[in-house]
Amino acid sequence: MTTNLTKEKLVEMYRKMIQIRSFEEKLFELYSQNLVPGTIHLYAGEEAVAVGVCSSLRKEDYITSTHRGHGHCIAKGADLKRTMAEILGKKTGYCKGKGGSMHIADFSIGMLGATAVVGAGLPIAVGAGLSVKLRKTDQIVACFFGEGASNQGTFHESLNMASIWKLPVIFVCENNLYAMGTRQSIAMNIENIADRAAAYGIPGVSVDGNDVLAVYEEACKASERARRGEGPTLIECKTYRHRGHSRVDPARYRSKEEVAEWLSKDPIKRFRDKLLRSAVVEGEIQAVEKEVSLQIEEALHFAMESPYPQPGEALEDVYA
Amino acid sequence: MRKVTYRDALREALREEMQRDMSVFLLGEDIGKYWGGAFKVTDGLAQEFGEERVRDTPISESAIVGTAVGAAITGMHPVAEIMFGDLTALAMDQIANQAAKIRYMFGAQAKCPMVVRTPFGAGVNIASHHSQSLEAWFMHVPGLYVAVPSTPFDAKGLLKTAIRGDNPVLFCEHKLLYPVEGEVPQDEYAVPFGLADVKREGSDVTVVATLFMVYKALSAAKELEKDGINVEVVDPRTLTPLDRHGIIRSVKKTGRIVIVTEDCRTAGVSAEIAAVVAEEALDYLDAPVKRVAEPDTPIPFSPPLEQYVIPDEKSIVKAVKEVV
Ligand SMILES: Cc1ncc(C[n+]2csc(CCOP(=O)(O)OP(=O)(O)O)c2C)c(N)n1
Ligand SMILES: [Mg+2]
Repeated sequence: MTTNLTKEKLVEMYRKMIQIRSFEEKLFELYSQNLVPGTIHLYAGEEAVAVGVCSSLRKEDYITSTHRGHGHCIAKGADLKRTMAEILGKKTGYCKGKGGSMHIADFSIGMLGATAVVGAGLPIAVGAGLSVKLRKTDQIVACFFGEGASNQGTFHESLNMASIWKLPVIFVCENNLYAMGTRQSIAMNIENIADRAAAYGIPGVSVDGNDVLAVYEEACKASERARRGEGPTLIECKTYRHRGHSRVDPARYRSKEEVAEWLSKDPIKRFRDKLLRSAVVEGEIQAVEKEVSLQIEEALHFAMESPYPQPGEALEDVYA
Repeated sequence: MRKVTYRDALREALREEMQRDMSVFLLGEDIGKYWGGAFKVTDGLAQEFGEERVRDTPISESAIVGTAVGAAITGMHPVAEIMFGDLTALAMDQIANQAAKIRYMFGAQAKCPMVVRTPFGAGVNIASHHSQSLEAWFMHVPGLYVAVPSTPFDAKGLLKTAIRGDNPVLFCEHKLLYPVEGEVPQDEYAVPFGLADVKREGSDVTVVATLFMVYKALSAAKELEKDGINVEVVDPRTLTPLDRHGIIRSVKKTGRIVIVTEDCRTAGVSAEIAAVVAEEALDYLDAPVKRVAEPDTPIPFSPPLEQYVIPDEKSIVKAVKEVV
């Protein structure tokens, strides 16, 4: 139960959440200054999902990620410096500059990579789960994807396969109500993605995705079930992205009222208030915030100072 | 003549064909009133023709193309949009095994008149899943036509032919071309399939180029002019059918050929064109066939890496100088 969480664990979760938020805000700023090549899909607003889920995982557990993946990386414990460097296309980045914002991976912490093909991560997570089962370790796999991705065939094929083989996978649907400009109600006739679990004979739950402790609690249940060898769970986290889909999207398809309502449910503000009502005092929180803002500056400095790869490096690493 | 962007030219073709033929309809992700297409090609069409004929779909590429197939064989004329060319991989069964084979396999009982529009190409730092040039995949599928317009004029004219035809067409656009302007007549016209266009006349070397590479070839030609080398730039405009005669006619005149395409080299578009020349025009060649293409790597993200793999003017100039 979440009430049993130690103060250290709670503060650690808060730290991760603001690391993600500050990281994304810094990127947004850099983007406006034309310092980020390509495009970025910011995770701001959805921090409780990645942090709630990853806090239930061990270092050796796996995750798969999406085009909106910076938060997943940070929550799983990726280094801020190398994450930032990758997004800026630097040689010191996690993927030597070959991947960028949409393709960050850190295999050393079980972060199996972000795919920009919507829905492509689900079968890969199933495969990692199968590998765990065949290798007889007690790892589990958390698979992040959007509600839009749940309309891909891969979603249905993956849930089914994970179910029949009782694989240790947690399917984490980040339902932020939109896939680019397409509102959920345009693309499906159900309100809860969790309902789809029934079709595959696995548990499905919908949870307030802006409440990190609620997400954590469901993730713990799913993790335990997975580790016991009882199979996968689908957790739908209801959340909202604070900004547009990608870099330049002004998100005019969302009403002002809707945006305001969700901003008032900001997962970070809510968790901060909750911490203050428990054993944590303002000073402690501020100290963490200050520390994080220094870490972000350090990450930025590291990334900016790092060299670009040499052009010819483009030819390396095609085959093992 | 009036100037129109490639993007607007495509939209004009869609609009005019939708006005002309009630069986024409559009489907794809975010093509409707909330976004107007990721590259804004269909912007405004949902408002004009209604959501029934400009359909926003779920993220379901395989079903988008499959739905188009089902509608096409039962009397409709769908134009599907796949947001990025790389994502045609998700719909490959419906394109290659279904759409392309239905007529032949069922003994000509049916036809499958449909278009899949999609943008290929690198150059905007969006990495390995959003930058490929996969035109050659589709050349390997009998039953499918493959269009590769490089100018607004060709884009509009070829899209009209694609929509009016009786066959499935993979209509390859290029994401750097959307803002490019060019002359497009006000009056009705169409560009036939299988007819290459000489984008620049010349006598010393034939450069065959497609999509965005046409512009790089033209600017390389300008550069080479300074050295007294007169380059002819030939744009096939459709890869299937391929205008073998048009290419060979030019080679007979120049005796030299450099093929410039953005896809990776091995088994790429350039390989097929080189084979055609080797089979049918070897005797006219005064130098070996040269190819300028992407090396056999995925498209990397970081700007210096990406720039390195995309063929540029310099590599075209170099290749031409090697054959003259
Ligand atoms: C297979 C595929 N189709 C389309 C796209 C273009 N695209 C990128 S993100 C996106 C929306 C994804 O929505 P969702 O899964 O809900 O994730 P969110 O962006 O909301 O986090 C689309 C359509 C893609 N990258 N891959
Ligand atoms: Mg979404």
